[in-house]
Amino acid sequence: MIAESGHYALVLALGLALIQSTVPLLGARWRDAALMNVARSTALAQLLFVAASFVALVTLHVTSDFSVVNVYENSHSLKPLIYKITGVWGNHEGSMLLWVSILALFGGLVAAFGNNLPLSLRAHVLAVQAWIASAFYLFILITSNPFLRIANPPIEGRDLNPVLQDIGLAVHPPMLYLGYVGFSISFSFAVAALLEGRIDAAWARWVRPWTLMAWIFLTLGIAMGSYWAYYELGWGGWWFWDPVENASLMPWLAGTALLHSALVMEKRNALKVWTILLSILTFSLSLLGTFLVRSGVLTSVHAFATDPTRGVFILLILCVFIGGSLTLYAWRASALKQGGLFAPISREGALVLNNLFLTTACATVFIGTLYPLALEVLTGEKISVGAPFFNLTFAPLFVPLLIAVPFGPLLAWKRGDLLGAAQRLMAAGIAAFAAIAVAWAWTYGGATLAPIAIGLAVFVIAGALCDLAERVGLFRIPLSISLRRARGLPRATWGTMFAHAGLGVALIGIVCETTWNSEYIGAMKPDDVASVAGYQLRLDGMTPRQGPNYREMVAQFTVSLDGRRISVMTPSKRNFTTRGASTTEAALLTRGASQLYISLGDTAADGAIAVRIYHKPLVLLIWWGPVLMAFGGLLSLSDRRLRVGAPKPAQAARALQAAE
Amino acid sequence: MMRPSQRLAVGLLAAILVIGAAPAFAVQPDEIMADPVKEARARELSKELRCMVCQNQSIDDSEAPLARDLRLLVRERIAAGDSDGQVIDFLVARYGEFVLLKPRFNPHTLLLWLVPPLALFGGGFALWRYSRRRPNPTKVGADSDLSLTAEEEARLERLLSAESTPDRRT
Repeated sequence: MIAESGHYALVLALGLALIQSTVPLLGARWRDAALMNVARSTALAQLLFVAASFVALVTLHVTSDFSVVNVYENSHSLKPLIYKITGVWGNHEGSMLLWVSILALFGGLVAAFGNNLPLSLRAHVLAVQAWIASAFYLFILITSNPFLRIANPPIEGRDLNPVLQDIGLAVHPPMLYLGYVGFSISFSFAVAALLEGRIDAAWARWVRPWTLMAWIFLTLGIAMGSYWAYYELGWGGWWFWDPVENASLMPWLAGTALLHSALVMEKRNALKVWTILLSILTFSLSLLGTFLVRSGVLTSVHAFATDPTRGVFILLILCVFIGGSLTLYAWRASALKQGGLFAPISREGALVLNNLFLTTACATVFIGTLYPLALEVLTGEKISVGAPFFNLTFAPLFVPLLIAVPFGPLLAWKRGDLLGAAQRLMAAGIAAFAAIAVAWAWTYGGATLAPIAIGLAVFVIAGALCDLAERVGLFRIPLSISLRRARGLPRATWGTMFAHAGLGVALIGIVCETTWNSEYIGAMKPDDVASVAGYQLRLDGMTPRQGPNYREMVAQFTVSLDGRRISVMTPSKRNFTTRGASTTEAALLTRGASQLYISLGDTAADGAIAVRIYHKPLVLLIWWGPVLMAFGGLLSLSDRRLRVGAPKPAQAARALQAAE
Repeated sequence: MMRPSQRLAVGLLAAILVIGAAPAFAVQPDEIMADPVKEARARELSKELRCMVCQNQSIDDSEAPLARDLRLLVRERIAAGDSDGQVIDFLVARYGEFVLLKPRFNPHTLLLWLVPPLALFGGGFALWRYSRRRPNPTKVGADSDLSLTAEEEARLERLLSAESTPDRRT
């Protein structure tokens, strides 16, 4: 009964989405407010029905109803409750349902909080949202229905893949999807602007908070996924340039560019056409990511060819939306008027430079991810494009970008003073050179590039602080006045500072982890001692333990530093009975921002266990950086100007245009 | 151990950063070479080579039996006195270009290697053209263009007074 209700709710949501994708457009055409307002009610009702459908699937998983294929294949009655819930999106059908739920959530948010939008713009935006929603409802109902029943229900389920039974995976996909799908709002706004043939600075003001929100979630989602891979997969890697990761990195790069170009559009009414294009591209890349991950094309081109239903369906959605929106863009973009002149050296110029590098980086990831697929399809030749390629191409793109980051906020709009900005960054430059000197002396004879990279990171962080100091007049005026000014600074300024500093923080973590990571690999017996980076790790012994749906072998290590006992670490190997699969639960010991990491391997015939121990210096900074960035985004999102300015669009836009 | 089919299931999962992964780890204690310099070379080479039955994993990361065979082969060649280039050539001759995680520059990979620089320089060139075509406020009528009009001044005034504290640059 619950399954059928869930299924039925989804069908009703499709019906509502179809109404929402047509009626408001007719209303906009006929200037009929009642018809345009249909969009609002249908968007909210759609949210209600999709939510009902999602709750139904969660209920089925929680109650272990194995008469439903999806539950049978991905759940087990002994699985802990939390993983019963998270298992809902730990599989194809469920994750697609989560995808449309989040899409409906964003549509509902626009409907509920978009009261200050002009009626016809809101009608257009929600109609475009409904097009996307309809396509994905059809996809779920036709190819990936999570509510299918089994004629003869089995007694027990097949359990969720053990690697996915982890708290990181509970939060990571929803976060990522909130980011992915959140960009659909800027896409809908862009298409709506093209359909209406009108766009002004106020448009950017409405789009920016939504883009920012999506960006915050995507940033956190990627960081969380990376941390999950780090501690769960058992070899301490945190970024693999895997196509699935690249699929989430591409929208992030494009979205970051969009965030910056929307800023130019909002403040200066320039870069309109480009911002529209970026909005389209960012969501197109989200769709591409969904296609890559969901169609199975990554695993093998042949697997895709043998069971193409799902893949072809998403490919079709992809082509219709990307092709359609780009055609619309080519057709209508020239009608949008350009405004806002600026000199190459200016805040706008800096943001354009940022966009150039970010889009190039995005293109690099794009070509690296898709080239092997395209080559295999076209010529049958197989090549691999992996980490070494991306490391080689990415670094040259990010170095100039990072050097430019501190300059941007210090340049004035319209026409900036590069020399003046450089003077104000003097302190940051000194800090960077000091950092290079210290890092070089500390690791004398070691890597040569790493200290320079550290210097660059320090420059980015100190540059962000310099900008702030400059704004509050630190050391130039009495401290109390500076503090008062600091409190009065717009939150967006603080947001920029945190986000840019986060970039530098992450870079320090990345450089330290990759350069000065120490490692011990060996077979250990009880009472053996391993030495890593000054720490002594003694294997005390091994004990078996029974978990809810697994058995595990726990090894206990005593960690000491200079003969002083610090802590105990207990890595384990888990064996999941149902799937016969095992996972390695690495043990982590955090010391400041550095970590000790132990992961267990196989046991040899003589009772020795293979052990891999790492010391990863400052590794946590890799994730603190993105958290800082997201925090900056949040501060910026809470800036009252983002909310206050929006309701009075047209006059503001006219005033700007008149001026130029 | 995970079977390839399970690894496939992981790889397909959500838009998750799942890396066809395995619990056990790559380099086993018994593989390590006695000479630390040679071992370091073997590790570096391993990072450039693909485990061909895995999803985008290097043989250094993978626990698959094939990856182990390849790691041992790399160490064998190093022990036999091969240079890094010779080891790579040997493996490419045996397994094809697919084994390289960083493809070689040849007609087939021309586009792959050229897209990043072309995007950067092409984009830069387009921007340069664009900024030249449009009137440059630093040269053309700097005063009239760059000083605010009365209307803009008034608007700026309104915006600034709406904020709690003036911020000169935004």
